[in-house]
Amino acid sequence: MSFSLYVEVLIQGVLSGLVYGLMALGLSVIFGVVRVVNFAHGEFAVLAMYCAFVLFGLAGVDPIIASIPLAIAFFVLGYAMQRGMVQPFVTRPQHEQFILLVGVALVITNGLLLVFGPESKHVDLPYSFDSYTVAGVLIDKVRVYGAAAALAVTAALFAFFRFTSTGTAIRASADNLTGAAVVGLDVKRLYAISFGLGLACVGAAGSIMMALTDMTPMLAPSLTLLAFTIVIVGGLGSMTGALAGGLLIGVAEAVASLVVSPAIKSMVSFGLLVLVLALRPQGLFGKAES
Amino acid sequence: MLSVESLDLFYGDAQALSGVTLDVPEGEIVAIVGANGAGKTSLIRAIAGMLKPAAGRVFYKGADITGLDSHRVCNLGVGQVAEGRQVFPTLTVRENLAMGGLLPRARARKTGNMERMLELFPRLRERLTQAAGTLSGGEQQMLAIARCLMGEPDLVMFDEPSLGLSPALANDVLDTIVDLNRKGLSCLLVEQNVAASLEIAKHAYVLENGSITLSGQGSQLLADDRVRQAYLGM
Ligand SMILES: Nc1ncnc2c1ncn2[C@@H]1O[C@H](COP(=O)(O)OP(=O)(O)O)[C@@H](O)[C@H]1O
Ligand SMILES: [Mg+2]
Repeated sequence: MSFSLYVEVLIQGVLSGLVYGLMALGLSVIFGVVRVVNFAHGEFAVLAMYCAFVLFGLAGVDPIIASIPLAIAFFVLGYAMQRGMVQPFVTRPQHEQFILLVGVALVITNGLLLVFGPESKHVDLPYSFDSYTVAGVLIDKVRVYGAAAALAVTAALFAFFRFTSTGTAIRASADNLTGAAVVGLDVKRLYAISFGLGLACVGAAGSIMMALTDMTPMLAPSLTLLAFTIVIVGGLGSMTGALAGGLLIGVAEAVASLVVSPAIKSMVSFGLLVLVLALRPQGLFGKAES
Repeated sequence: MLSVESLDLFYGDAQALSGVTLDVPEGEIVAIVGANGAGKTSLIRAIAGMLKPAAGRVFYKGADITGLDSHRVCNLGVGQVAEGRQVFPTLTVRENLAMGGLLPRARARKTGNMERMLELFPRLRERLTQAAGTLSGGEQQMLAIARCLMGEPDLVMFDEPSLGLSPALANDVLDTIVDLNRKGLSCLLVEQNVAASLEIAKHAYVLENGSITLSGQGSQLLADDRVRQAYLGM
């Protein structure tokens, strides 16, 4: 195999990794702030994929463009879900939170099966098979666009947390919940915004993924698992970790597909997961429990 | 200004407060004295809306604030310098102060208030871009007080503000509280240094196992044999 093929696969891995990373970022934000694990994360990604599929079918909207309105719509959905459904569970035992979100996951998957059936769907974009050639290396155009969109959404989220007072207040509540109540932050509102932002990430990521892969409702559990793997490898609750984990898993899967076979993809990411858990249980960017 | 009437509070089945009644008149320092586990922190958190009382009422400036969410209570002007300081450790000193100034009642004057706080506590100015978790205990206590004042409170509840500080720093903190009170701030003070807090308090209450057992002028309690034996070791 030629050297340029390796470079090509490495780049593909990075590009997919950015989209994975955005999806995982959503899981990380929700857990990091609200301390609830979104067990329906992959289902929301698939829901976003179907939304993008429908938007493409009805109005010809490019799924990569649709990632912006879908991020906004999923923000509203997440905000409402936290306010109306998840908030009362925040102080309940973890197994009850688990049941709630697994319930949500089942409703989404079965709803999609009911409406769209189990066949796999994809969209044909005019530039689906175009590619750039840089120094003899071939890069898919659609992956470049997708990664650019994912990067833009990620950057916007980081900027929000860093530079706005609401973003700082969310970091404050994640940092010290008692302190947040003491200074009079409206924690429930901040939780709702955080859940909204988490779903905005997965909404955008799902929409972008629709441009890159085929999809069926049954894809959801493997996406949930993927997001978990990334977040745990990167470090639970760390935003940088989610991004780095996404890149790492993206590259590892791409390289494994090339060197061994595409069938071994998941095995490699779980192998990485086990390795990280054994050597650095808090994840690459996580803080050790004191 | 603040009055608490027959407050009961439970943690599950365990009763932490029973029938607590007390008053903080405007412009005064009122002290609460009590052993560890007496319920002082629980009382402050119940007033602040962080814990929901099972029975009883809390009035502030004549309005019933019982059971109101904590951010609403804060926005009415009831501030808190909490036990253990409760700063945001990974946020910078500036960000910590800004969080105190987010209350709608004070938000418009955030920049000016921040400047006033940095004049009041010059040490914080040197540390503005440092993470609050890296400050010393004394600096964190100053930050907790400054952060609270950013919300322009009319009443502040101080929960063991000198805990873990050197005697000199502890004195500084108490001096600061007396100063703030002179400028018009009403204070509810819980302090492990019982003698010092009774000296600066006009009125004081003794809390034992969740009930008020004794109350009177600070100087009176300071002379009371039961108080001297139980809290002053005399
Ligand atoms: N979160 C909690 N859950 C259960 N019991 C608590 C909790 N916090 C305090 N308590 C109990 O309530 C009582 C009063 O505690 P606290 O208000 O912290 O007292 P103080 O501040 O006077 O030391 C103690 O018996 C304590 O063990
Ligand atoms: Mg206490």
